[in-house]
Amino acid sequence: MAEPLLLEARGLTRSYGAVRALRGVDLTLTPGEVLLILGPNGAGKSTLLRTLAGLLRPQAGTVAVLGRTLAGDDPDARRPIGLLSHQSLLYDELSLLENLVLVARLYDVPEPSKRAHDVLAAQGLSERAGDRPRQLSRGMLQRAAIARALLHQPALLLLDEPFTGLDAAAGDRLRKLLATLHDSSRAMVIVTHHAGEAWEFATRIGILVGGRWAWQGPRPDDIGAFHLIYQEVVRG
Amino acid sequence: MGRAIRLVLVLAAKDLRVEFRTRTSLLSAAVFAALVLIVFNFARDPTAVATIDLAPSVLWVTVAFASVVAMNRAFTTERENAAFDGLLLAPVSREVLYLGKYLASLVFVLLVEAIALPLFVLFFNVDLGPALPGLLITMLLATAGFVAVGTVFSAMVVKTRFAELMLPVLLLPFMVPPLIYAVRISTPLFQGRPLSEVLAGLRFLALYDVAFITLSVLLFSAVVDE
Repeated sequence: MAEPLLLEARGLTRSYGAVRALRGVDLTLTPGEVLLILGPNGAGKSTLLRTLAGLLRPQAGTVAVLGRTLAGDDPDARRPIGLLSHQSLLYDELSLLENLVLVARLYDVPEPSKRAHDVLAAQGLSERAGDRPRQLSRGMLQRAAIARALLHQPALLLLDEPFTGLDAAAGDRLRKLLATLHDSSRAMVIVTHHAGEAWEFATRIGILVGGRWAWQGPRPDDIGAFHLIYQEVVRG
Repeated sequence: MGRAIRLVLVLAAKDLRVEFRTRTSLLSAAVFAALVLIVFNFARDPTAVATIDLAPSVLWVTVAFASVVAMNRAFTTERENAAFDGLLLAPVSREVLYLGKYLASLVFVLLVEAIALPLFVLFFNVDLGPALPGLLITMLLATAGFVAVGTVFSAMVVKTRFAELMLPVLLLPFMVPPLIYAVRISTPLFQGRPLSEVLAGLRFLALYDVAFITLSVLLFSAVVDE
């Protein structure tokens, strides 16, 4: 019996004026899969991730999460999605705790305050719960953004260059966290410029060039061999 | 329905909390209202036009411009850290999102008016006593309508480069009908006429509110979804 699809995207097309950012991209993910998306600048990686999150409406094609099509008139279709984007999505005028309680209320999480405290503790930010986002270092802000993304225990986690701007220690910490999040109930899509950053827990790799898949497949055993594939594919 | 109302209140409370933390927009709008009233007070010639004839226009011009200043803030806080993406991502309908933003803006603009009204009484020495209930109803109805339109336009222009300039350009034409009626209602009220004489005007304002709140709720999704 085929595994149920957690994410199903068909024929995603999106243009910005004359620039065609996505050209009929298909993508399916089953629970437990971790897809690493690589590609040169302007390949359409972030556009694809924002479209999968429902933040961008495709000009053609559809996205369905757990069988429900993402559209403005079905807000519950967005419930299983967690997004870690380039920015923290946190309000600078609210404390970390207030930000997370707000998110918990929007997602109908039981006991919002307790859950907010729990995710802050899991990220080692309990003592900074009363601080505003702008008072945090880049690494701490990234952890707060992760806490926000994980608060409602999403089944589909979308991460847009999650290692950008982190020092080595913060990067290691994030890698360990992602490894713990990798389980049979959740799928992850990670957009990155460096395959090595999330290599160990990736199950599939996709290379996006010019808004379409240039290469897709299971993660090769050898990262060195993959680098050769990448260079060949990107050079065309 | 219960969930929708709860979320509208959660979103409005968030906006008001953010605003009261900074107080920049509230202070700007209040100072702006005070400045307009001061300028009008010194520019007018009481021997040429009676205060009672001029007062309604001055009040509503002050309210209109202070409201535009206040409404500019509706979506600017959402730009920081792409916080609005977080709201769009949440399992909350666009209608609820709009109503939450609308409610916060309405409370905010009414607060600015609550500051402007005593200043108006102070500068123009107008006895509002008998006119006050009617005037408060007029302010509520007129404000409810143009804030509905202003909330949509504020969402529309926030990503443009000249958002602060674009909002008044788009919004002021839509503010003209309720403002004209507000002045036409306020004038007889200031002259001590009973509320029953201005019921037609109040009905127009109520109709404007129903029409534009409905339209705004329907249009909001098209404005915020990229």
